[in-house]
Amino acid sequence: MSLWRGGEKGRYETYKVPLRENQTVLDVVTFVQRHLDPTLSYRFACRVGMCGSCAMTVNGRPRWTCRTHVSRVATRGQLEIGPLENLPVIKDLTTDMRPFFEKWQQAKGAFVPSQTRGDEIERIRPDSPARIAADAAIECINCAICYAACDTVRWNSDYLGPAALNRAWTLVNDVRDGATSERLQAVAASGGCHACHSHQSCQELCPQQLNPTASIAGLKRRTMWAYLKGEI
Amino acid sequence: MNVRLYVWQRLTAAVIAPLVLVHVVVIFYATRKGLSAADILARTRGSLTWASFYGVFVVAAAIHATIGVRNVLTEWSPLRDRGAGLLASGFGVLLFLLGARAVVAVVLP
Repeated sequence: MSLWRGGEKGRYETYKVPLRENQTVLDVVTFVQRHLDPTLSYRFACRVGMCGSCAMTVNGRPRWTCRTHVSRVATRGQLEIGPLENLPVIKDLTTDMRPFFEKWQQAKGAFVPSQTRGDEIERIRPDSPARIAADAAIECINCAICYAACDTVRWNSDYLGPAALNRAWTLVNDVRDGATSERLQAVAASGGCHACHSHQSCQELCPQQLNPTASIAGLKRRTMWAYLKGEI
Repeated sequence: MNVRLYVWQRLTAAVIAPLVLVHVVVIFYATRKGLSAADILARTRGSLTWASFYGVFVVAAAIHATIGVRNVLTEWSPLRDRGAGLLASGFGVLLFLLGARAVVAVVLP
């Protein structure tokens, strides 16, 4: 296997690792660090596809390394593992995730309560159209695979990216949230949802099977009507 | 691209789409009927219908192309929003002038 070593101007280095049954890509990266080179830097936490911290580029595609079996992705017994694309490389397989999370904030990804704890708990019908739309997009765990896979992020550094816009879409559909207008304004600005070309790499590669392209299309419609009505 | 440019690009696209269809049909008609330049000019000169048809076409195409070129420039060149907007606007004005000149040439009596 070859692993990216160094910072932005690093290079791929080759390592020989034993092939075992039921081996994940994270297992072989860990093998290298524990047995061949303890200076290898990479990020992981849960190892079971819940935390979203172990995403790397595996044979050219961004993937969760903990949930990717070597047997499924190795070509002729070889693997090439690099850091996620579209993010600055800190060292080896670790990227600086700050731009990704800063864009979440730019897209107003934080819930803004419209009531206080003194108010009655709001009843949300699970079968209401807004709740169905929010539920379809809610399971994002911020692994940044969609962000690394997105051509528009690569071309336009101001673009908020699929994850931040997908998050904005869940909040726009949350009737309890009190910042819809500000959020629509944020995602309708330059670099917002209208920069998306609908290439759909995000939904193709999302390990949670979410469809950020559909969320972004929803935001395009909502912001367009809000703009035509003079609300934003 | 922001929502304002998005709306303008979609609106102009909606205007252009049927006009392109009519334009293509007209080309087929003119070539299949073997119309000469004089025949065509006889139909278009002084015609308010053709003047407004191609006038609207030129304006819509110039706006639509300007926004598209601006997007291409922001994504594929080092230019940012402002620089790309200025360059694309220059291209749009050129496109409008060329189109308007062609319309004037065929509809003025």
